[in-house]
Amino acid sequence: MTVHDEPPPRIVAPSAPVLHGLLAEYDDAATLLAAARRVREAGLERWDTFTPFPVHGIDQAMGIRSTVLPWLVFAAGVTGCLVGLLLQYWTNAVDYAWIVSGKPFWSLPANVPIAFALAVLSSALTAFFGMLVLNNLPHPWHPIDLEKRFARSTIDRFFLLIEAADPRFDSVQTRAILDETGPVLVDVVHEDTASPFRTPRAVIHGLVVLLVAALVPFGLLAQARATKSRTPPIHLVRDMDAQPTVKAQQAFPRFADGRGARPAVGGTVAREDQLDEHLTRGTIRGAASRVFPPTVAADRANMGAGRRAFDTYCVPCHGYVGNGDGMVAQRAEALAQGIWVPPTNLNQDHLRRQPVGQLFLSVSDGIRTMPAYGPLVPIEDRWRIIMYVRALQRRSSATIADVPAAERKALE
Amino acid sequence: MTATPVSPYQGRPGGENVFARITENVARIAEAPRPPPAWYVAFGISVALLLIFISNLALVAWFGVGLWGTMHPVAWGFPIVNFVFWIGIGHAGTLISAILYLLRQDWRTAISRFAEAMTVFALVCAVVFPGIHVGRPWVSYWMLPYPNQMGMWPQFRSPLEWDLFAVGTYATVSVMFWYLGMVPDFATLRNRAAGPVRRVAYGIAAMGWRGSSRQWHRYERAYLLLAALATPLVLSVHSVVAFDFATSQLPGWHSTIFPPYFVAGAIFGGFAMVVTLVVPARQFFGLASLIQIRHLELMNKIILATGMLVGYAYAMEFFIAWYSGVTFEQFAFVNRAFGPYAWAYWTMILCNLAAPQVFWWKAARTNVWVSLAVGIIVNVGMWFERFVIICTSLSRDFLPSSWGYFVPTAYDYLTLAGSFGLFFTLFLLFCRYLPMVAMAEVKATQPSARVR
Repeated sequence: MTVHDEPPPRIVAPSAPVLHGLLAEYDDAATLLAAARRVREAGLERWDTFTPFPVHGIDQAMGIRSTVLPWLVFAAGVTGCLVGLLLQYWTNAVDYAWIVSGKPFWSLPANVPIAFALAVLSSALTAFFGMLVLNNLPHPWHPIDLEKRFARSTIDRFFLLIEAADPRFDSVQTRAILDETGPVLVDVVHEDTASPFRTPRAVIHGLVVLLVAALVPFGLLAQARATKSRTPPIHLVRDMDAQPTVKAQQAFPRFADGRGARPAVGGTVAREDQLDEHLTRGTIRGAASRVFPPTVAADRANMGAGRRAFDTYCVPCHGYVGNGDGMVAQRAEALAQGIWVPPTNLNQDHLRRQPVGQLFLSVSDGIRTMPAYGPLVPIEDRWRIIMYVRALQRRSSATIADVPAAERKALE
Repeated sequence: MTATPVSPYQGRPGGENVFARITENVARIAEAPRPPPAWYVAFGISVALLLIFISNLALVAWFGVGLWGTMHPVAWGFPIVNFVFWIGIGHAGTLISAILYLLRQDWRTAISRFAEAMTVFALVCAVVFPGIHVGRPWVSYWMLPYPNQMGMWPQFRSPLEWDLFAVGTYATVSVMFWYLGMVPDFATLRNRAAGPVRRVAYGIAAMGWRGSSRQWHRYERAYLLLAALATPLVLSVHSVVAFDFATSQLPGWHSTIFPPYFVAGAIFGGFAMVVTLVVPARQFFGLASLIQIRHLELMNKIILATGMLVGYAYAMEFFIAWYSGVTFEQFAFVNRAFGPYAWAYWTMILCNLAAPQVFWWKAARTNVWVSLAVGIIVNVGMWFERFVIICTSLSRDFLPSSWGYFVPTAYDYLTLAGSFGLFFTLFLLFCRYLPMVAMAEVKATQPSARVR
């Protein structure tokens, strides 16, 4: 369409100017509109108007057919949406199935925002670049640029150009048509053969070389991905891959004192130094204690607290009276999976004879399949639980002699 | 030159017809040999703030995010407050350009270029914050779906991943929309250019636009399509940002009102920012005949309306907290208004609800300085809104043992101030070198342009 597409002619000597077309100038949009109708009626095809703003109605006056752009944009939108859905489906449900909050791998509503964004993105890119391509932009040089007056086409003047390449173009007749339409001026536009300003060949070659050079890093990346190497990877930012490490019992210059081993924080004492052996371990000089620590007195308050703690922590397995028939045990028996170790019946003779210190240790550290309750139950409460267990044991082996004399009559 | 230098922007623009006068009025700003002294002062301050911004980001990248006050339980802190603030500012631009274009509101032509530029610059500021907030900005690209040696893909059902796509799309579309609108104006500046540097620079930007009617036809169609695409996009982007909060289970965030509430707030804050920028620009650059009091009044009416919408959302949050009977929700809102952040909450209420009420009076709506003052106050209020939402909810975890109080550090404040430096540096460069008003669009709305 333009001279730019043709090989630039080599000018040796000034030659006769080649006619490009006729350019008419108008000072208002209404005259241009009427002129456009007139030119269209004359059956001309290769012509155009130039206006500082989109003149409404000129599309019909010139007979411009509606652009295909909206269909391109629609197709791009549908494609973008489908690509978005496929991308999410394949990456999150197939190739790397993400487990998110126990939801199914493919749950459409959560994938809508990204599919929508990609649909809009691809259609917007198509609208923008589609417009440029359809409009033959960028379009740096055009013969009418040589007309000084044409600079006002983007300011306040209206122009109409009929190209000499039009089959019906006739320099006399066509000019007569234009003269009838009331232009400010009609001018002859020549092909731009004299202007020295062309994209220099070196610039084009340079751009091609740059373009090829720009592919080299990608090639190197692809090569690195496809081949094996013995050299360690290059880390631009080393993150935590390379960090100073303290080796046990060795010097470490990063600390002010140069020692790798850190001294204890000021005021720290060894744990054992603070412990009351009887209270915390249930032993007296290494042997299991047969008496409660002096801080846990055998009174109604402690017994009540013991019962509450027992009902909270022990009952689920051992049952309310300690027979080993709690709800968890019953459920496990009912499942009959063959792997269940039943909880201990606390009312057995050998447990009745066990020192309280040993019972306390079993609760604190755990025993067989029972976990340690030391970390869970405060120390005094563990002693109170033992106190309540002793009461349960007494209850399960009670004789009439245990009932106070005053109550005995009622039972008999 | 006369002895007393007259600003090249003041005085009536010359020209034999209205189109020439519009061109002269806008183009003379970009063509003036040097901007007014006030521009240099503003640019100096902005660049200083920009340098502070860059150095703060560098410090945070080097030493880590521990420089900020962001700490458990308030793990989002200033960076996310600033992100939501800036992204909200960006919304008015697309609203003016796209939605008002589709609604055939011709008054938008005077301010659309400003608003679009503001959108693009606000988005530039916004995307910096999540980028640095991740702590290791050099691996931010991990958010993108690209085949990698770990064999992993992003989690596409996370609202934070939605954010990446929504904000990325929004930024791309906003830049294209802005640039597309400027192409004919670049052609005007190219045709008027005095020297070769300007002619080549504006010529490259104009891509050889000559205003052919066959080109205008496709151009207008592309513009309409972009507007139609940007309209659902502008509503979706801040909705997605709201999802970051609303899909969590935190009292005060877990709320279905968030997406529309955020969109209304974004338009509110964005329009306030447009007013804040337009008023000085029209005073300094002599654009009063293009950006008229009528336009300012219309914008102020929108600020009043969206301000009421935001106020409704504030009230509705409290109502739902009470009506739902959820203790945690009730605590969250009572704590918001009367807890340790009460000062921030009531600042927000004063700025966002009380200040715009002056616009019920026409005298206030049509006064440029009242508009400017309210615009600034609303921007402060909208920043506090995001602060209140993020900090009050995060600082009160479900367990009282996990409660905390967010104390920003100097780096937090300097980064916030610095982001304004980035914004205003870009904006001042825009005022200096680019067509500040959409000349071709304004011309098309003139009576003499409507022919049949």
